[in-house]
Amino acid sequence: MTDIQSAGPLGQPGPLHGEATSLPPGDGPSTERNASLWADAWRELIRNPVFVLSSVAVLAVMSMALAPWLWTSLDPQDCEIELGRQGPGGGHFFGMTKDGCDMYASVIYGSRPSIAVAVLATLGVVLVGILTGILAGYYGRWVDAIISRVVDIVMGLPFLLGAITLLALWRKREWYAVVAVLIVLGWPLVTRIMRASVLATKNMDYVQAARSLGASDLRIITRHVLPNAIAPVIVVATIALGSYVAAEATLSFLGVGLRPPTVSWGVLITHGTQWALSPGHAYLLLVPAGLLVVTVLAFILMGDALRDALDPKLR
Amino acid sequence: MGRYVIRRLLQFIPTVVGAFFLLHYMVSAGIQLRGNPARAFFGERTPSPEMLAAVKRLFNTDDPCLAQEGNPLHPFNPCLGLFVERMGNVAVGDFGTDYRGRLVTDIFLSAAPVTLRLALIAILTEIGIGVLAGVLAGLRSGGFIDYVVKISTVLAIAIPVFVLGRMVQLSIVPFARWLRDNGASDDVMGLVAVTYKLDYPWLSLVIPGIVLGVLGLATTARLTRTSLMENLRADYVRTATAKGMPQRRVIGVHTLRNSLIPVVTNLGYSFGVLLGGAVVTESIFNVPGIGGVVIRSVRFNEGPVVVSMVTILVIVYLVVNLIVDMLYAVLDPRIRYD
Repeated sequence: MTDIQSAGPLGQPGPLHGEATSLPPGDGPSTERNASLWADAWRELIRNPVFVLSSVAVLAVMSMALAPWLWTSLDPQDCEIELGRQGPGGGHFFGMTKDGCDMYASVIYGSRPSIAVAVLATLGVVLVGILTGILAGYYGRWVDAIISRVVDIVMGLPFLLGAITLLALWRKREWYAVVAVLIVLGWPLVTRIMRASVLATKNMDYVQAARSLGASDLRIITRHVLPNAIAPVIVVATIALGSYVAAEATLSFLGVGLRPPTVSWGVLITHGTQWALSPGHAYLLLVPAGLLVVTVLAFILMGDALRDALDPKLR
Repeated sequence: MGRYVIRRLLQFIPTVVGAFFLLHYMVSAGIQLRGNPARAFFGERTPSPEMLAAVKRLFNTDDPCLAQEGNPLHPFNPCLGLFVERMGNVAVGDFGTDYRGRLVTDIFLSAAPVTLRLALIAILTEIGIGVLAGVLAGLRSGGFIDYVVKISTVLAIAIPVFVLGRMVQLSIVPFARWLRDNGASDDVMGLVAVTYKLDYPWLSLVIPGIVLGVLGLATTARLTRTSLMENLRADYVRTATAKGMPQRRVIGVHTLRNSLIPVVTNLGYSFGVLLGGAVVTESIFNVPGIGGVVIRSVRFNEGPVVVSMVTILVIVYLVVNLIVDMLYAVLDPRIRYD
């Protein structure tokens, strides 16, 4: 499988991290392998302070979601209802939540449902989008016609309105319903981008060469088209991750997203918005919202930096 | 131009039908999986089968293809017969009633003026500030203003509207209190009110409108900036400068006019964002507009009303997009000939 020779400089296995380890330290003379798009991009990214900062923030948030106990020894379910909405102080630096749980612990543990929804939705959107995008772009004709029409139709539905309608009828707010709705309404964007990217890649000389050597469609797609057409999708997926974190919060606020007893950022912020205007309770909104904004910001800035590094036109 | 209009109109029909079918299909699948929303009408009480049937008929959800039991393709029966029937209802403007028997079209029309005012203020904010910021940033790319615009637009995208709205209210409350203590006039108090005031139908919508406008402002500013920078490199700009035309006229008339074409095109899309954002903003500022109705229906589990309201909004959205596309053809004659 891993015949790197045949892949050569065309099909790069293992985007990003594969190149990272093989990168020579400093400004050594670059080998042919390192002249690839991903290696160039990596070299540019590692020197970009915005990218480094935002990826540190992203890693921090991801570690919160995966291993919240690394961040706090407190139990978010250790709550005293009479301590509810007690402001910061007395061992609880960020105060207590509406239900009298430690705000810091709740926010840390609350990252898991929020991030899980965003990651799963992004994975789904990217998978469906790449598959349909390749089908439409590579095979063209009626396959393209059908997929493109469906894409137009789904995009004709304003995102938030569609999500409200579907979730309003669902009534029970399970996390998978939120993920499903985000995927159903989100995939066309990735399809469009992937399709355009595949169309541009399909007519490259190396694809023609592979075809004239008798490579099968599957091989051309997986070894030549996909690795060379996926860069714009990675950029969009990074930004989408951020916007889905925000979308989860917005849907929870509107009463159609996650709900207590699940404690997500959206649920915490929603409680915050209900109490923020009464004096002394602004922290109920500002603490979870602050973390959410930093997370969304990190994903957007990371995506922007990736776009700058991966777009050859800007060089 | 005529041929372009006709082709665009012909494309419009399948898009509308497709969008409706998508809504209808997902709603039907939801009902088949989750049970009939008419059941929610009775709350905790258990209705007699006859009463349940009557309510189902009232909300047009009595079709056997929506049933959970004895349904051949459950839970993914597309209910084509019901879809045709609903399209017929939509065509004659019948969107059903809410749980109190009020026509959805009446509810929509009585709430529409408020939302229209809100949307107008938002669009003015979006265009006014967005274009100005984009032009200032684009003229000096890499300069201080460019930097400020870049940071503030990313922030505007990252902060969810409902958080922004509450934060604006939070910062206005002490200011409003100070104004009141210093004997500000009623008009000023209406302007800084944190909720909608019936006595000030425009003034009390200014702040909610600006908050809503921030949502699309970032995109407008960035588009203007990129587009202006591209156009500044165009040959016609060099020619205009070379023949000695004053810089103000080169940028103000020639470059700007061409740079704003993508911004106008984006307005159609941003109108959709605005409709969704209006639901959030109206909920935060207690504005009794269409978004407020949608949210109230969600809270009271009035599924059929949500679907009808969103259906009307989707029609409005698609028509606005159609108009924007026509406008695009007027502004940029090149696209008529593709």
